[in-house]
Amino acid sequence: MALLEVKDLSVVFARKGEREVRAVDGVSFDVDAGEVVGLVGESGCGKSVTSLAIMGLLPKRGVRVSGQATFDGMNLLQTDERTLRDIRGRDVAMIFQDPLSSLNPVVPIGLQVTEVLTRHRGMKGEAAKKEAAHLLERVGIPDPTRRLKEYPHQLSGGMRQRALIAMAVACAPRLLIADEPTTALDVTIQAQILELLKDLVRDSGTALLMITHDLGVVAGMCKSINVLYAGRRVESAPRRVLFAQRHHPYTVGLLGSIPRLDAPKGEKLRPITGSVRDVLPWAEGCAFAPRCFNRVDRCVDGPPELVWTAAQHGYRCVNPVMEAETAK
Amino acid sequence: MTSLAKDGTPASPLVEVKDLKVHFPIKKGVIFDKVIGHVKAVDGVDLSIPRGRTYGLVGESGCGKSTLGRALLQLTPPTGGSVEFDGQELTKLAPGKLRSMRRRMQMIFQDPLSSLDPRQNVESILIEGLAAHGIGADRGERRKKVAETLDAVGLPRWALSRYPHEFSGGQRQRIGIARALVLGPDLIVADEPVSALDVSIQAQVINLLEELQDQLNLTYLVIAHDLAVVRHISDVVGVMYLGALVEEAPSDDIYAAPLHPYTRALMSAVPVPDPDVEDQRERILLAGDLPSPANPPKGCRFHTRCPWAQPTRCADERPVLRQITVEGLETGSDHRVACHWAEDIATGKLRPHEVKAELVHQEAETPTEVAPPSEPTSII
Ligand SMILES: Nc1ncnc2c1ncn2[C@@H]1O[C@H](COP(=O)(O)OP(=O)(O)O)[C@@H](O)[C@H]1O
Ligand SMILES: Nc1ncnc2c1ncn2[C@@H]1O[C@H](COP(=O)(O)OP(=O)(O)O)[C@@H](O)[C@H]1O
Ligand code: SF4
Ligand SMILES: [Mg+2]
Ligand SMILES: [Mg+2]
Repeated sequence: MALLEVKDLSVVFARKGEREVRAVDGVSFDVDAGEVVGLVGESGCGKSVTSLAIMGLLPKRGVRVSGQATFDGMNLLQTDERTLRDIRGRDVAMIFQDPLSSLNPVVPIGLQVTEVLTRHRGMKGEAAKKEAAHLLERVGIPDPTRRLKEYPHQLSGGMRQRALIAMAVACAPRLLIADEPTTALDVTIQAQILELLKDLVRDSGTALLMITHDLGVVAGMCKSINVLYAGRRVESAPRRVLFAQRHHPYTVGLLGSIPRLDAPKGEKLRPITGSVRDVLPWAEGCAFAPRCFNRVDRCVDGPPELVWTAAQHGYRCVNPVMEAETAK
Repeated sequence: MTSLAKDGTPASPLVEVKDLKVHFPIKKGVIFDKVIGHVKAVDGVDLSIPRGRTYGLVGESGCGKSTLGRALLQLTPPTGGSVEFDGQELTKLAPGKLRSMRRRMQMIFQDPLSSLDPRQNVESILIEGLAAHGIGADRGERRKKVAETLDAVGLPRWALSRYPHEFSGGQRQRIGIARALVLGPDLIVADEPVSALDVSIQAQVINLLEELQDQLNLTYLVIAHDLAVVRHISDVVGVMYLGALVEEAPSDDIYAAPLHPYTRALMSAVPVPDPDVEDQRERILLAGDLPSPANPPKGCRFHTRCPWAQPTRCADERPVLRQITVEGLETGSDHRVACHWAEDIATGKLRPHEVKAELVHQEAETPTEVAPPSEPTSII
């Protein structure tokens, strides 16, 4: 049994007087200790809502959550708020795209780190301070003793994200959910942060759920990858399998859209037509059909099922791309 | 520059920038507004853009890319240096002359919504520019021009009566491109034209820009922080660090033979969507943050983070952009680098070493007294 097992997770936003939004629609995946699992897709496909649902951080009103998110045998979706609060921070930590939103603006960084150490590891006074400085140093914050006294706004975006990772590391979580942790950062800083996350997984056996829109990021670090489109998982495979042969036209289209640093000049991009606004409700057929280059009549006969091949490779498509050539 | 135009003839530059400087004063004091220093956003840049070509400017946020683009178009007055556009010196042009010149130099922004007037429908956004420049004899002629432009950017006719907020991000960027295009410009400065868009939409807009260039022989300055995007779209790439170019080369050469330590670090940090490539790449991880442009390091501005920095020269002598010759390495005459040790780094004689991150004082980074530049709703 994996450390985190998400099964058939659905989230529906249903506010009075507003149209229902099925943001996440039957999503399943596992994350085990010491491995990185990727959740990728374009904005609005349900990545953040998935992670917030697992963490129990969605608003209680106007939201229907169903399915299971089992962490170490306990279904987080059925757990009371007090127990959840204990689990968050101690066993499960989360970092966001905007670290400022998770840091307390009026409390110095040092105090925020030592609080975590006190709460979760029972450390106090000088010992906690020393450990805090050590943690900041470990995540590459220069002059950590001085930094402890500073407030979040005095740090750059990259340093704030490090501070947040330091706090996540402070309680040695067994699962870390990182939602676009480097999207707001410059690429050289992104490289530093990703390296830090990889170290954490390798050294502490942390399970990492990596949420990103960047296929380059997942190519470098995820054991397996789940591609989401309009709230559903449309393709899932170990990373080498996925990049060697993409079956779902959306995944093929995503890869064809990305200018590769190592591509020769003059190589044309092959974008996906239309936009995510051109979507079909899953109940009627494939949501991607309005944009799909491989569409056939069967695509809109009903919701396509996830089909599994031998190599733990799943795709939700009735007319998948099968030739390696077109996928390249 | 010895580059050739797309038809093979030598291309004369449309734009020549020489020693361009933009220094923003940092002021303090409520009553007296004392100037206590300067943010050297752009500090001595030379570049030249051949007609019909794309010059790509890449670098991390805050390195001065947008300021350079705006100063080139005289939207921000340069502190020093010159900008020649089609043989005319822009920095000395009378305001009236400059305004009529503006028709030929247009700009596209990262966030089209913030640069489009929300109360105007697409038709009036496009007609406005034509009227301001006296293009088209009458309303009928202008409408025809607007319709043609709409076709060119791939927007349907019904878009004319709609308002910017009714469109998706990608379509809005098409409106932004149409607004620039309708005036029949020679040069388009595109500042992060695709960075706010999802990848599938990014590719549509990049392809559109490329097609328009081919059809209309446009000259582009494309500014972006994404090296893969810049390399894809550009003929020549200039890499900026703290207000200056550290390297400039044809797009293929910059990838095949990056010479500057910063270019190497930047290149090694860009993720490639290919597990084989990712697993084998050597990453050059830079320590710490970008230093403040209000107080840039002396000597080579990169020396505080450079894994190849040497005890001599790097910390006290500012390297100039120059061509180098290295045996066994093909570097064309249009490949220039600003590093004292570029030859020894290229041959591998010098090896990278550990760098300890330096503290960057965030407080000094953004002068609070100066409002950040807002994108003009119109630059006609
Ligand atoms: N609080 C909310 N109320 C209503 N709809 C929401 C809310 N949060 C997210 N959504 C919708 O759910 C979908 C998925 O959003 P999200 O998970 O944030 O996407 P992603 O993180 O993949 O960009 C979107 O269509 C979004 O508009
Ligand atoms: N109007 C201004 N007043 C003061 N400082 C500015 C102004 N515009 C830009 N800067 C500063 O100049 C530097 C370069 O900014 P910018 O050109 O926007 O960089 P980039 O586009 O590469 O991110 C930054 O440090 C920025 O804070
Ligand atoms: S001049 Fe020195 S510090 Fe600057 S890039 Fe070259 S080696 Fe590095
Ligand atoms: Mg999100
Ligand atoms: Mg900018």
